[in-house]
Amino acid sequence: MAKGILVDIPKCIGCESCSVACKLWNELEWDPQEKTKTATDRAKEPNNGLWPEEWTSINRYDLQKNGSSVGRYVKTQCMHCEEPACVSACFSKAIQKLPQGPVVYDQKLCVGCRYCMMACPFDILRYEWKKAIPGVRKCQMCPTRVANNMETACTSVCPTGAITFGDRDQLLAEAKKRIKGNGYIDRVFGEKEAGGTSWLYISDTPFDKMRFRTDVTTKPLPSYTEGYMKMTPFIGGAWATILAGLYIFNNKNKEPLE
Amino acid sequence: MELVTTFVSQAGAKLNSVRWRFRITPMRLVFTGIAAVAIAVILVRFVLGLGATTNLNDQWPWGLWIAFDVLLGVALAGGGYGTCLIVYILRRDKFYPIARSTMLTSLLGYIVVVLGLLIEVGQWFNFWRPYVSWGHASVLFEVFWCVSCYTVIQILEFCEVATEKVFKGLHKYLKKAMPVLLIVGITLPTLHQSSLGELFYLMVGKENVLWWSVFLPPFFLLSSFFVGAGMIVIESSLAGKALDHKVDISVLRGLVKISGGAMLLYLILKVVDIALKGTLANVFAFDLPSIMFLIELVIGVIIPIIIAFSSLSGTRKGLLWFGILDVAGVILNRFNVVFTGMGKYLNQHGGHYSPAWTEIIVSLGLVSIACLVYLFIAENFNIMGHQGSEVVEPKIEGVDYASTAK
Repeated sequence: MAKGILVDIPKCIGCESCSVACKLWNELEWDPQEKTKTATDRAKEPNNGLWPEEWTSINRYDLQKNGSSVGRYVKTQCMHCEEPACVSACFSKAIQKLPQGPVVYDQKLCVGCRYCMMACPFDILRYEWKKAIPGVRKCQMCPTRVANNMETACTSVCPTGAITFGDRDQLLAEAKKRIKGNGYIDRVFGEKEAGGTSWLYISDTPFDKMRFRTDVTTKPLPSYTEGYMKMTPFIGGAWATILAGLYIFNNKNKEPLE
Repeated sequence: MELVTTFVSQAGAKLNSVRWRFRITPMRLVFTGIAAVAIAVILVRFVLGLGATTNLNDQWPWGLWIAFDVLLGVALAGGGYGTCLIVYILRRDKFYPIARSTMLTSLLGYIVVVLGLLIEVGQWFNFWRPYVSWGHASVLFEVFWCVSCYTVIQILEFCEVATEKVFKGLHKYLKKAMPVLLIVGITLPTLHQSSLGELFYLMVGKENVLWWSVFLPPFFLLSSFFVGAGMIVIESSLAGKALDHKVDISVLRGLVKISGGAMLLYLILKVVDIALKGTLANVFAFDLPSIMFLIELVIGVIIPIIIAFSSLSGTRKGLLWFGILDVAGVILNRFNVVFTGMGKYLNQHGGHYSPAWTEIIVSLGLVSIACLVYLFIAENFNIMGHQGSEVVEPKIEGVDYASTAK
């Protein structure tokens, strides 16, 4: 059963326990330049607060709701698409989708072309530009925990129930129940976006005001190039045959060149 | 008797020596200088990484090296397969004299691309992974296989030329293999030229709708085909000066017309594409992408078509203008796809990229190396004056003893 995580944005108080848990479990380094930044700063950064050593970030948005100003914290990380663009973009199978849900990366197989980064519909992947031998870095959705029936590190420490780990189908049903009334926006971000993602978001403030890519395609991204790749061997074969035929035909009654 | 006179007129000449020569001119020194700086930068890149030598960042993972060295390099080298198709498959023998020089340019272009890629990717030592770990759903997988195989094919095709001078015993085998090499050597580029376009089809919603299209593969394929003639015209005019060799004007005009035909097809497809997507308003929005798109089409396609099918292409000057506009149009197109087309999306939250001087010098350096190698090969192998069937003309240096003896 594929796992997922439901993010209930209004429930988040911005304590960032999840970020700490992520750092500890994945043994990510502390970057001095990140220390002084606040959740509001990160929300304005080009990279959404995600760095090679920051796989998740809590970003604060100050918004207007029913005439009063509210602050909303959005947890950002890899969305773990159901049919990931990065997986289909990788020509050496360095990124793969596990049946349990996580989209994982293996640097051993990586050539470093960064097509995955260009392909990602949520611009989540980060590269170790400063290293001589760099790799792609992103949230792996704790695959060793998930595969052993444990929940992800971040959800395990959330004190308010803003992030919930579970079966994606059940979480989706739960999300739909929660957004009925209570001032929520009638949309589960991640249900259909990019063909569906393992991470699901519900919110009482507009998604597009919080840097969600609300105009993203709902077609799974791999389906865009699937047909092309299936046709290629046949087109190549047919084209070579035509060329061979033309070569023989055109050279029949002629002196060979040279 | 004749044999004796040959010996007499060649006093002191060594009979079996293979001679190499390379003239040094100011331009060649400039090329060497740029190449030297580039090699130094490349060494720094391998020691310190991409961050130290490029302005690439997480918003702009692809930059100048992908746009220039790879996309443009492959496109500009497209003249090779195009000429092969016209000369060897369709047997338009009129174009035979330019076949070898074009194929040489193409080979060097691909070597630049392959070297550029090795510098560009993060883990260059892992370049072979896709051969064993098949990510066959990726368009890049196809590009990788085709480009690498085609480079090998082109090296073999060049070996057919090289064995006229060195390792002569292998020449007859290579000559026998040529039909297969030629056919595979046209099929592969057709596939990967289109696939390079298809790469950007995955960036739906990120790539500007002016360039994002279901027709990206034919656009890239057709433009790589029609830029071939432009490159040949420019190359023959440059090489004409450097190596004192002029290509017959009727040959060039014929090529330019074929190229113009492909351009016309491209233009029609562009119009169909705009109609299907309903992007006419975007084309004439006169914002930056729209202006770049219009320049690309008017300067790079429409004006060259007019030159190709009018009396303008009857003069060397007209032909040269066709070449310049044709090549400039394709350069602009590839840059637009990577930079202009992606700019609005990638910069929306304050991202930015402009190439570092180190990126520019590496790109120029790779081109300089290719130019130097081209000049060396053209001076030492039978490339430019290659007319086919006749006996190899006896030259002053390295005179062919056997053919003179006849």
